[in-house]
Amino acid sequence: MVVADSNVRTLSDPESTWHQRFHSSPMKIEVNDLTIRYGDTTILSGVNLNIRKNEIFGIIGPANSGKTSLLKALNRMDEFTPGMKVTGDIRVNGLDIRHVKNVYGLRRSIGVVFPLPVGLPLTVFENVALAPRLGGMNNRAELNIIVERCLRRAALWDEVKDRLNSLGSLLSGGQQQRLTIARALSQEPDLLMLDEFSIAVDPVTTMRIEDILKELRKEMTIILVTNLVQQARRLADRTAFFLNGECVEIGVTECLFTGQVQDQRTQDYLSGRFG
Amino acid sequence: MDAVEVHRHSFQRNRDWYIDQFVQHLVFLAGISAIVLIIGIFFFITKEGMAFLFGDVSMSEVFGSMFWEPSDEDAPDYGILALIAGTASVSGLAMIVAIPFSLGAAIFIAEFSSGTTREWLKVLIELLAAIPSVVWGFIGLSILNPLIIDLFDVPVGLNVLNAGLILGLMAAPIMTSIAEDALKAVPDRYREAAEAMGATRWQITFRVVLPAAKNGLLGAVLLGVGRGFGETMAVLMATGHSVNIPGSVFDSVRALTATIAAELGETARGSEHYGALFAIGIFLFVITFVINLSADLIVRGVKES
Repeated sequence: MVVADSNVRTLSDPESTWHQRFHSSPMKIEVNDLTIRYGDTTILSGVNLNIRKNEIFGIIGPANSGKTSLLKALNRMDEFTPGMKVTGDIRVNGLDIRHVKNVYGLRRSIGVVFPLPVGLPLTVFENVALAPRLGGMNNRAELNIIVERCLRRAALWDEVKDRLNSLGSLLSGGQQQRLTIARALSQEPDLLMLDEFSIAVDPVTTMRIEDILKELRKEMTIILVTNLVQQARRLADRTAFFLNGECVEIGVTECLFTGQVQDQRTQDYLSGRFG
Repeated sequence: MDAVEVHRHSFQRNRDWYIDQFVQHLVFLAGISAIVLIIGIFFFITKEGMAFLFGDVSMSEVFGSMFWEPSDEDAPDYGILALIAGTASVSGLAMIVAIPFSLGAAIFIAEFSSGTTREWLKVLIELLAAIPSVVWGFIGLSILNPLIIDLFDVPVGLNVLNAGLILGLMAAPIMTSIAEDALKAVPDRYREAAEAMGATRWQITFRVVLPAAKNGLLGAVLLGVGRGFGETMAVLMATGHSVNIPGSVFDSVRALTATIAAELGETARGSEHYGALFAIGIFLFVITFVINLSADLIVRGVKES
């Protein structure tokens, strides 16, 4: 199946230079001195990290270490979260996201997969067609193409092609999570953020999704927050270890797992002494 | 505590057991009383209306004639067609008024407002819902009536328009409350997912929340319709209470409920007129029962999916 590349471009807002630059390539992200607070509680303090283009960047660490809050800051979801306050500097392809006027465009260029599968209470088709529709596309033929392509890339097409009009929220957990990925792909993202995607998914589906991610990294940057240390080892090029709101260490994944660590706490966590 | 004592204790009923049994039976009685009452009411109305339903007056006349003249001594007429038209036209207009208002208010409260605004609005709407219907009727009589006469240059201000507006305003707060519950029942993770995809507030509401809540919203509307059919006092005061099939919203009408309220006190118990009023009661009972039941089934459908 041949898909014209122009389909993709119609999703973006041609008026916005911001959007064009975001869409120019997979994202490169620089985070400088990022601090996140909820009221008086500091969730994340003074984090510095760089995420390269086309990299799978793993983030590991026990609960409450600020991993999810980092993701929320990256697509500026903090603005709708009451009490959440972000200070510091986040640059995407060199541009400070604080100055993005079209926050919706920013979010459309970032796909998010949540821990629990969220099949929206729409049909399977509409679940995947939602993002293009939000971008103003209503051409049924083009939508058909996008939906099929995204479902295929999420390895879900064969299972749902005969029930595109049944409710997405009625699929099984593993199917819904792949539907979520298909939905994220329909945004043609330059960055895909996955937040502990395998928490509610069976091992077989987890492995299938991991294979998908390996394919997707050719086209986009991927941030993989995971509670499974071995998953980070299987997928991530580099891995950051977060602990209690602090970014303890960032390193090439294979180095971390072969004992070349700077910090004893990383070693302890990786070897399963806590967490 | 030795072994024998443990044995004795565990095989004896103690005070807690009796209290537990007592409370269980008490709440069972309270629970079943609702069912007993509703069946009792149904039987009472049916018993009183049966004589009329199977009496000398044929049903085709009751439902086919538009003349309601029960006090005519020679040839009383018991046609309720005009009364049905009255109730239906007032309720219909009321829904046209109430649906946009209540759904709009519910969407604003649930999706767009926050903090103090939301809390204040919710309290105010609860207050509105608590205004007695006779007060609404009074507003219809003393405020809307002259207003309609002045604005539209019609001889009478007590008509379908007046009653429809009053009834719409009465039903809107309750519908708002239920519709807001339906919107609140949509899990936040749906909103979050749509938000992460770059949807604006309105897009989230329109494309995700409303489709997810559509059954609950339909239930809210149906309950409003049920309220419209059953409302008596305000309708009695604001419709003009004249038997009439309305040609326009400026015609006076008479509602089924208002007819019972106004005439039951003046009839001789057991008379044909008395039975006819109870037959209207059965008719209303069946209609509101069907409406409420379908509303309930629809709302229940939401929770299961």
